[in-house]
Amino acid sequence: MQERDTAQDVLSLGTSHFREANERIRDQLERVDRLTLEEVFAQRYLGCALPQGKHLAIHGTPGNDMAAYLDGGTIEVFGSAQDQIGNTMNDGEVIIHGRCGDAAGYAMRGGCIFIRDDCGWRAGINMKEYQDKQPIIVIGGDAGSFLGEYMAGGTILLLGNPGDHLATGMHGGVIYLREPPSTHALSSGITIAPLAEEDRVRIEQLLGRYRACFAGEVRANIPADAEEFLKLVPASSRPYASLYAN
Amino acid sequence: MFFREDRPREGVVRIPSGCAIAGIMDRSGGRHDGTDILRSIALMHDRGNGLGGGFAAYGIYPEYKELYAFHIMYECQEARAQTEAYLDTYFMSEKQERIPTQDVASIKNPPDIWRYFAAPHPMRLNMSGFDEAEYTMQHVFHINSHIDGAFVASSGKDMGAFKGVGYPEDIGAFYRIEDYQAWAWTAHGRFPTNTPGWWGGAHPFTLLNWSVVHNGEISSYDANRRYVEQFGYRCNLQTDTEVITYLFDLLTRRHGFSQQMAAHIMTAPSWDEIDRMDAPCAAFETALRSVYASALVNGPFSVILGSEEGLLAINDRLKLRALMVAEHDRMVYLASEQAAIEVVCPEAASIRSIEGGVPFVVQLDEVVAREQGASGENIQLEAPLAHEIGVLPPRRKEVDHVRS
Repeated sequence: MQERDTAQDVLSLGTSHFREANERIRDQLERVDRLTLEEVFAQRYLGCALPQGKHLAIHGTPGNDMAAYLDGGTIEVFGSAQDQIGNTMNDGEVIIHGRCGDAAGYAMRGGCIFIRDDCGWRAGINMKEYQDKQPIIVIGGDAGSFLGEYMAGGTILLLGNPGDHLATGMHGGVIYLREPPSTHALSSGITIAPLAEEDRVRIEQLLGRYRACFAGEVRANIPADAEEFLKLVPASSRPYASLYAN
Repeated sequence: MFFREDRPREGVVRIPSGCAIAGIMDRSGGRHDGTDILRSIALMHDRGNGLGGGFAAYGIYPEYKELYAFHIMYECQEARAQTEAYLDTYFMSEKQERIPTQDVASIKNPPDIWRYFAAPHPMRLNMSGFDEAEYTMQHVFHINSHIDGAFVASSGKDMGAFKGVGYPEDIGAFYRIEDYQAWAWTAHGRFPTNTPGWWGGAHPFTLLNWSVVHNGEISSYDANRRYVEQFGYRCNLQTDTEVITYLFDLLTRRHGFSQQMAAHIMTAPSWDEIDRMDAPCAAFETALRSVYASALVNGPFSVILGSEEGLLAINDRLKLRALMVAEHDRMVYLASEQAAIEVVCPEAASIRSIEGGVPFVVQLDEVVAREQGASGENIQLEAPLAHEIGVLPPRRKEVDHVRS
């Protein structure tokens, strides 16, 4: 059912406290499926555990831990986001029309995050996967250091430059890069592997989705296919098994 | 007991926790009141827990800019009598008054807070063999260590710290910071890590013209403390933050480094990075890390340092804390969260994060102009320093011995 776009479906948060703001949002979402938040100033936990079928549009700057435990809902931010978006999110989609702060997708275990521009440090830290739970982060700009730190599963696609200490402690999942990392940025537990056909298909799907999310907003040089990409994977199933053994 | 030598050191009592920090500066030196900094720090209310809040303000006492402005907290009448007698001996006070405050329901049992505009006693200063700053610092340490119930909250010129136990917005209302005009403000909302909250332990932590607001915790505290104690700094205020203030004072005022270089020493590049540098750079960095090994600060932190030159912001090398910066016209804004900048300056463009281990520096235009005009060479002194020549000619013990 297409929801009507009336004034009732718009909440202005201003500088109200996050507890009050989240209560109002939850109340409203009992009645409607699509809700627009305006004048958002750093309220934490927005869209926390938002379920399937619910859609939140955020104007302003949402606070830390936005989309924590997201459970199938969709959150679109028309601006930039702060730290720890998608903390332990389970399912659903987060779209950021701007940049985001540190530790995006912290311990994420399902769903997708699309970031139009740069992200802070430690995006994808502790990401994990299990069977059909395959989390994805797509970053259109540059990433801060420690991208994919302790990554145990899922997919990160980065269009800009990776920072230092790339994939430190990564032992599962895959990172697709367009720009080659500097030699010192990679630890010995990580290898650059050739793209397989299934990687190309996946990259092209994600690029298509990225372009669709940010149509008309992004730089012209978004690649159309997977040709330029590299793939980072852990060197073995237990790359750090002997780290403390000798 | 407000302050005692036998208080537990930092680390003895541990309370786990984060904090909020913010800074606003007008590069042109134009002054603005405390309204914006109050709104900025208040937005980050939940990063603190009401056990500490405070503000540092630069340029607030232009009519007394040549004098040290001591902000002193007293827990009892005797502490004030004792401190004022001490100040009367070593300083010449031009004005003293209670700092105006306003009752705020949530601020409980505030100390009696006074300010003194004073110059060092000229004869005693001369006899001490110290320069003015060192002389003042020694006396600040004396009051903090030896006068029970007295605590010097700030001791700089044309600046002051306003701090206490409470949420920063309440502390700001208590001190009526909207009544002060400053070209730079910093603010702190505290969530005490490891140590109890008390009025003296609130941030900003200050010494002379330095002020530090800090979000994080310093794992290298004991190594840093042992190092600065060798140079006469006393770390017994139950907060790891004080050691950052002393390191900046030691490295810049006493060892002559720029603030950027001091920040660089405290967040030195890793040995891996040094190995990848070309030979001259690697040699330089190796020398710095070797000489100043104990000035390396480890642990998660973001810090805003205030001084008479401007503001400096720094994150730890691994960037375990967030700190954002934005500029608009002649204004510079810093805050732990992006929204805390936008709430006071919606038109701020180019909001970006401060990277780990890379200091962000903003200086007053007049300081920038002065430094551009300065020679790159070391300045040669035309006359010997006062303490290098005395009333009596230098004598050697062995000569005396021969004569007798």
